[in-house]
Amino acid sequence: MDSITSAASVVAAGLAVGLGAIGPGIGQGTAAGGAVEGIARQPEAEGKIRGTLLLSLAFMEALTIYGLVVALVLLFANPFAG
Amino acid sequence: MPLLLPFAELEVGQHLYWQLGNLKIHGQVFLSSWVVIGALLALVVVGTRKLERDPRGTQNLLEFVWDYIRDLSREQIGEKAYRDWMPFIGTLFLFIFVSNWGGALVPWKLIHLPSGELGAPTADINTTIALALLVSLAYFYAGLSRKGLRYFEYYVEPTPIMLPFKIVEDFTKPLSLSFRLFGNILADELVVAVLAFLVPLIVPLPAMFLGLFTSAIQALIFATLAAYYIGEAVHEEHH
Repeated sequence: MDSITSAASVVAAGLAVGLGAIGPGIGQGTAAGGAVEGIARQPEAEGKIRGTLLLSLAFMEALTIYGLVVALVLLFANPFAG
Repeated sequence: MPLLLPFAELEVGQHLYWQLGNLKIHGQVFLSSWVVIGALLALVVVGTRKLERDPRGTQNLLEFVWDYIRDLSREQIGEKAYRDWMPFIGTLFLFIFVSNWGGALVPWKLIHLPSGELGAPTADINTTIALALLVSLAYFYAGLSRKGLRYFEYYVEPTPIMLPFKIVEDFTKPLSLSFRLFGNILADELVVAVLAFLVPLIVPLPAMFLGLFTSAIQALIFATLAAYYIGEAVHEEHH
């Protein structure tokens, strides 16, 4: 792999995870805030809210993980390595 | 990357290749999935050998798992069709769950392979893509066998404008299913490996527990989504 390709791959891998973490971060914050509000309003529904929250957090986390997969492909299985 | 710490080696993209005809297969994935399958079979055989009216021990555990899977599939697929698909959903859930936890809990590093390393079978993209394509086949089969060609009405409901989106959805479903599982499990393994590389003692423990937690959730999500897709395919519209 020539040096330009490897440099670009490493920068792109960092950007893929970093930028990919922004959206899900905001989303998870909103979801957790909503859950806390719900528990504060209705403490007896805590169990149900927690289950739903965890499931939806995992869905949001998957979006960052897609970025991570792209980063890993760039670092360990680079198709442009030549 | 030669590291001195025996438990913190990072080997992504290295495999133990077996030649099978013209195919090169990843041997380490086969070995660890056979271990997983063997463990599951052994558990089930032991748990159902002497059935008792008041379940104890392993039988009790198996009945709890059965109840859990039944509730999961009944909730997503619906009262009418869930019995046909419960074994499939249950197999997916148990295989993924035991693979994920087996990859994290069993000290595979003690077994040395000529190349590559043993770990969770689900940390290899081929496994997760195979599982996701099975889910695709399953929901097509479920819809076609229950509704016949009327299944394709689903593509033009509520309006025909939805047609391209629904077709694209058929491709994105297996894509997101497989990438989600693969990425999460590989990310867990990598985080633990990197932390163990930096600080070999104690510090990786919280990350390991988080990894166990997320891998359990990922197994649940995979099974829930598979059941949801099947349920969507067999769902009857009430006009």
